[in-house]
Amino acid sequence: MILAATTDESLARMSDLLIYSSMAVYTLAFFAHIAEWVLGSRSKVGRTAAALTARAGAATSAVTVQVKKAGGTAVLEKPQVVTRAAAGSRDVPDGPGAAGGTVKGDLYGRIAVSLTVLAFAVEASGVVTRALAVQRAPWGNMYEFSTTFSTVAVGAYLGFLVAKKNVRWIGLPLVTTVLLDLGMATTWLKTPSDQLVPALDSYWLWIHVSTAIFCGAVFYLGAVATLLYLFRDSYENKLATGGNPGAFARSVMERLPSAASLDKFSYRVNAAVFPLWTFTIIAGAIWAGDAWGRYWGWDAKEVWSFITWVGYAAYLHARATAGWKGRKAAYIALIAFGCFLFNYYGVNIFVSSKHSYAGV
Amino acid sequence: MSTTDTSGTTENDRKADEAAGAQLSTAPTEDRSETVVGGPTLGIVGWVRWFWRQLTSMRVALILLFLLSLGAVPGSLIPQTSADELKVADFKKAHETLTPLYEKLQLFDVYSSAWFSAIYILLFVSLIGCIVPRSWQFVGQLRSRPPGAPRRLDRLPAYTTWRTEAGPEQVREAALTLLKGRRFRAHTADDAVAAEKGYLREAGNLAFHVALIVMLVAFAWGQLFKSEGGKLIVEGDGFSNTLTQYDDFKSGSQFGTEELEPFSFTLDSFNGTYEKSGPQRGTPRTFEAAVSYSQGGADKKAVIRVNEPLKVGDSKVYLIAHGYAPVVTVKDGRGKVVFHGAVPLLPIDNNITSTGAIKVMDGYRDKNGKKEQLGFQAFFVPTFAGAGKGTMFSQFPALDFPVMALTGFHGDLRVNSGLPQNVYQLDKSKMTQFTDPHGNKLAQRMLPGETMTLPGGAGSITFEKEIKEWASFQISQQPGNGLALAGAVAAIVGLTGSLFIQRRRVWVRAVRGEDGVTVVEMAGLGRSESARLPEELGDLAVALTAEAPPAPQADPQADPEADPEAVPEPAEDPAEDPAPSGEAYK
Ligand code: HEM
Repeated sequence: MILAATTDESLARMSDLLIYSSMAVYTLAFFAHIAEWVLGSRSKVGRTAAALTARAGAATSAVTVQVKKAGGTAVLEKPQVVTRAAAGSRDVPDGPGAAGGTVKGDLYGRIAVSLTVLAFAVEASGVVTRALAVQRAPWGNMYEFSTTFSTVAVGAYLGFLVAKKNVRWIGLPLVTTVLLDLGMATTWLKTPSDQLVPALDSYWLWIHVSTAIFCGAVFYLGAVATLLYLFRDSYENKLATGGNPGAFARSVMERLPSAASLDKFSYRVNAAVFPLWTFTIIAGAIWAGDAWGRYWGWDAKEVWSFITWVGYAAYLHARATAGWKGRKAAYIALIAFGCFLFNYYGVNIFVSSKHSYAGV
Repeated sequence: MSTTDTSGTTENDRKADEAAGAQLSTAPTEDRSETVVGGPTLGIVGWVRWFWRQLTSMRVALILLFLLSLGAVPGSLIPQTSADELKVADFKKAHETLTPLYEKLQLFDVYSSAWFSAIYILLFVSLIGCIVPRSWQFVGQLRSRPPGAPRRLDRLPAYTTWRTEAGPEQVREAALTLLKGRRFRAHTADDAVAAEKGYLREAGNLAFHVALIVMLVAFAWGQLFKSEGGKLIVEGDGFSNTLTQYDDFKSGSQFGTEELEPFSFTLDSFNGTYEKSGPQRGTPRTFEAAVSYSQGGADKKAVIRVNEPLKVGDSKVYLIAHGYAPVVTVKDGRGKVVFHGAVPLLPIDNNITSTGAIKVMDGYRDKNGKKEQLGFQAFFVPTFAGAGKGTMFSQFPALDFPVMALTGFHGDLRVNSGLPQNVYQLDKSKMTQFTDPHGNKLAQRMLPGETMTLPGGAGSITFEKEIKEWASFQISQQPGNGLALAGAVAAIVGLTGSLFIQRRRVWVRAVRGEDGVTVVEMAGLGRSESARLPEELGDLAVALTAEAPPAPQADPQADPEADPEAVPEPAEDPAEDPAPSGEAYK
């Protein structure tokens, strides 16, 4: 664990260059997404309203799913599985996505995704070169956290796309925040590449910080879905009660997945990450036990990760509690993510904590 | 919420549905009879029972979770005594009006305050009150069989049906074998096979909640029985783990000193390296304390680093801080050595500018042979900026250009005054500063090897070429760590099971239709909607069709190859279809 190596200045410069380049490509991806949304709006919309009015009063609302055919030739007809939404929830089809089913919109959407892939590759190499330049995990200060953070968030998004999940609607908000994040990182949080102070020099850094960054990035995707769920849910409520939303709201909301899909997506994401977040905190406690001689000391950073954890636990509970499902649970999820963000920016910048190190 | 419509549901159907869906988790049922609030008929027992039911409800657990996170906030924004007493003192000085209020609210000790404890104790009482009945219920579920099929399978979240030439018994037999083969718990009840899988979800959830209690107990145990002490050691010196050897020591209320782990160690050398150039010049890179330790037996060597404490039995030795201890020699007027040793000085900044005191308590006589004590104030920098640079503060933490400035005093150090004395400070109330023949106060900046002569034949002090380093250690003993870790691991494993395993039920009904062809119906029910449930049901159906191949369709209108996006016919609406199960699918 002796860090005799000094930073490699030329590699460090290359890393900076790569990060700036990725920002340029993300900007192009941003405009391509905007084009997708603008050009896609010419499509016919109104499926939601149709679904809501057609089904009002009909108890059986169903989406029919074709089940994969078994390999053999003996099976002549395959059974169909009929699924029903849980009682009490609206059964509304997902929107067609930002492209709105138009060829032109879709083309721009594909360009946007391709550019995002390219930007991701460039940004990831920027992070890797930074790691090579400093010969350690690239998570020694806030600049490095921020760059890794957005890389992982985009990576997770692309991972969902590869897994053929319906997530292209995240594209625009994601690219926008990535640009904000990188902008902040390169202007305010920029820290010259350097070695770690001894307290950070531990293999627990790899474990604890990598899982923390991963959790944050995926919680972020969950938070975007939750926020959009809230908008889409009010939109559907308005339609269901005979309201008439504005043209802009209609154009945007119609193209998003249904509120139920968004809600399910954010629940899955948050629930899947919660055990890892639990692990992150415990790993941090073990590390603190080695570094500072106590595994839990109510240090500001520890407090806020605990608050975040309790927040997400409350969210999971709320979803299992009558009267708290749906919008209320969604608000809790957003508050919990707010706590995560505060722990990252707020505690690092405004609160003095044992976790302050290496410049910011 | 807009499409709930129960008008077509008969009471029997609803009951069957509820029975089938019941107990798919052990979550407490929500108390719907809120009208009891304020009811005058309740009596004491009634109130207690009501209170207990409230406390162990999910809603109150949720509120307590909220309060817990809310209550944790002030402790992160207001200085805490447990973390930094100095900061608390500063805060109190700066905010004179707020301080009494904060003190009353225990805001300087949030995490041990009465109100914070109340929140988490209530939460844990609620947790226990929740776990115990849930565990019994779960055991009951394990010992009983999955509930029989609801009458209307097509009302369940995933449903499929087909007709087959195979006989109903044959189909049920095949279904039972198939489901058992896929590790469902399955049995045949009446005309249907009932099966359930995913009990580990509930087990995981219970394990997680129990693990939370284990962790809390471990934490409390650790607080009661822990001990923690600090010791500063100069290179070459040693320490043995007994109470008297500590510089400072604190312990939990249940700790007995006989529980101190018997061991000793010697600091052989300390080595620190620092960034030599660049914008972070001076930032520490490595700290290593090489020690020899023994636990009764032979000496063993070890290196203690910031993240790598030395573990001896139940105790851990942490490296906490370090600094310099210049070696000085003090001689009296006749040239006799009255003091020789390393004097640890305390750092006051990151470049280890250090201050301290050198005290010569006995053995010194002035030129007249009178017994007296000597004291020196020392100001030490490991890297001097250079004469005339206008600063006496250190420029770098390593020993690149060590310089020490000394001022000398003589008189009474008042070490025997009965008051506890800081070894790093001089009590100058009974001391007189040495002055040179011109009446100036004596002070000298010295390089290693240089000597300052005290005026009037009072002797001399030499700043030796050897400069030692010191390291301070924290020796802690905290029982319950193993238990806490075990709890943590159980929590993660249980949580993973709880969140990733689906608990679900599958029913397969096979009955002979009116035309003599068997109608097979399959349906699945999960605790929450899941894309995997229909998929699994489809897989099961495909597997079952090996034994019960689909027969040609009797009714050309019910086309199984229908457009998957098609909106179902209103004919499926049970409101208009009062027929019992099976008939609708002829
Ligand atoms: C220290 C406080 C607690 C924490 C951190 C906590 C955390 C959790 C988590 C993370 C889940 C998983 C949620 C899911 O399956 O989606 C859960 C489920 C559950 N918790 Fe807690 N819990 C706590 C206290 C309680 C208390 C006091 C109760 C009793 C009322 C309770 C009852 C339950 C129940 C019944 C479930 C299962 C819900 C379901 O099956 O969806 N918990 N809890």
